[in-house]
Amino acid sequence: MVEQAITPAYIREELKQVKDPEIPTISIVDLGIVTGIDIKENNDIHVTLTPTFAGCPALRMMEDMVVEHLSSYEALGNITVETSFETTWTTDLITPEGHEAIKKHGLAPPKRNCGSLTMELLEDTHCPYCDSQDTTMKSPFGPTLCRSLHYCNSCKQAFEGFKPI
Amino acid sequence: MNSIEALKELLYKIADDQLIIGHRNSEWTGLGPLLEEDIAFSSMAQDKIGQSEHLYNLLHQLGEADPDTVAFTRNAPQFHCSQLVELPIGGYDFSLIRHFLFDFAEYSRFEALKTSAYQPLAQVSKKFFGEIKYHTMHANTWVHQLGKGNEESNGKMQESLNYAWNYALGMFEPGPAEEVLIKENIFIGEIALQEKWFSMISPLLENSGLTIPSQAGWAPIYGGRVGEHTEHLQPLLTEMTEVYTIDPSAEW
Repeated sequence: MVEQAITPAYIREELKQVKDPEIPTISIVDLGIVTGIDIKENNDIHVTLTPTFAGCPALRMMEDMVVEHLSSYEALGNITVETSFETTWTTDLITPEGHEAIKKHGLAPPKRNCGSLTMELLEDTHCPYCDSQDTTMKSPFGPTLCRSLHYCNSCKQAFEGFKPI
Repeated sequence: MNSIEALKELLYKIADDQLIIGHRNSEWTGLGPLLEEDIAFSSMAQDKIGQSEHLYNLLHQLGEADPDTVAFTRNAPQFHCSQLVELPIGGYDFSLIRHFLFDFAEYSRFEALKTSAYQPLAQVSKKFFGEIKYHTMHANTWVHQLGKGNEESNGKMQESLNYAWNYALGMFEPGPAEEVLIKENIFIGEIALQEKWFSMISPLLENSGLTIPSQAGWAPIYGGRVGEHTEHLQPLLTEMTEVYTIDPSAEW
């Protein structure tokens, strides 16, 4: 058996098993918050994360989950995680797989916004259940910092959206 | 004043504003006039308090105590928040007007700080700027709706605006750090900030059928930045620190 080479790409792949505690269908990689993977001497690994929302309580949990997950690999040395604002997270960093995962959780994925946020953008949210465009935004604030509240006029279902930021 | 001291002064006033308005916002949890508004003020509280923690962390990196100690062990005279943020929540009219005046000031502040020469502050400001757009959008929607609502709603909003105005001007109290901050390209300074803020809110208030008090009567209420506060701050701090005072090692 060929020994697995420890590369940033390998670690990134492994981190796909670490899921967002609030949206357990999406991995932290597809969420776009893994902004740095450094392989050091003795296969010590240093992972850099960027916060989704400054006040997100899941942030520290995700740091711990990364350490816990990677620590279970014998081939890896010490695992350290740091949170840094150097790369500013936006929902445009969520991968296409991430969009699918968000939908699977029953949330409408965020529209691309390129840094410009308008009420129109929020109102133009497709229903994650029936894909209808005939929806009404009820509130830009939802049960967690990253969610907004909507209603689908076609399938008469209330739903939540992942807020574009 | 050297640039580190100037930077600390700037960070303290922003962080303290965020923490205290965050606490005030949280007082609407369970009491909002609509469920959505209850959630909105609670979410904004979480944003503000989360942001303040990151700013206290920057202060910690500059040698100040850790964020919890800074947030929970100081008394009113050691706080640098503006008096606007410590006023009680009052009626929803006042809370919305304060939210509007405060959040547009923060919007302008973080927009300016995105290009600060002090990189750690520029980085968090970029993040906060993205989040605060939701706060200004929320504030403007309600100010517009109620300003344009009917005579009663317009009257209440106007009355709150008149009351809040001089407190709002107090947010821009210039301090001894201004000159250094401007010279070192850390911050544009309070005078420039107030101008940006004013040019942003004037057309919005006008479109909402509200009148800004005439300039001849402006009398900014200063003092907050140097620890002079209203009688309302200490009771807020006492409540906010209740758990910490009983058991500083408690986790929640």
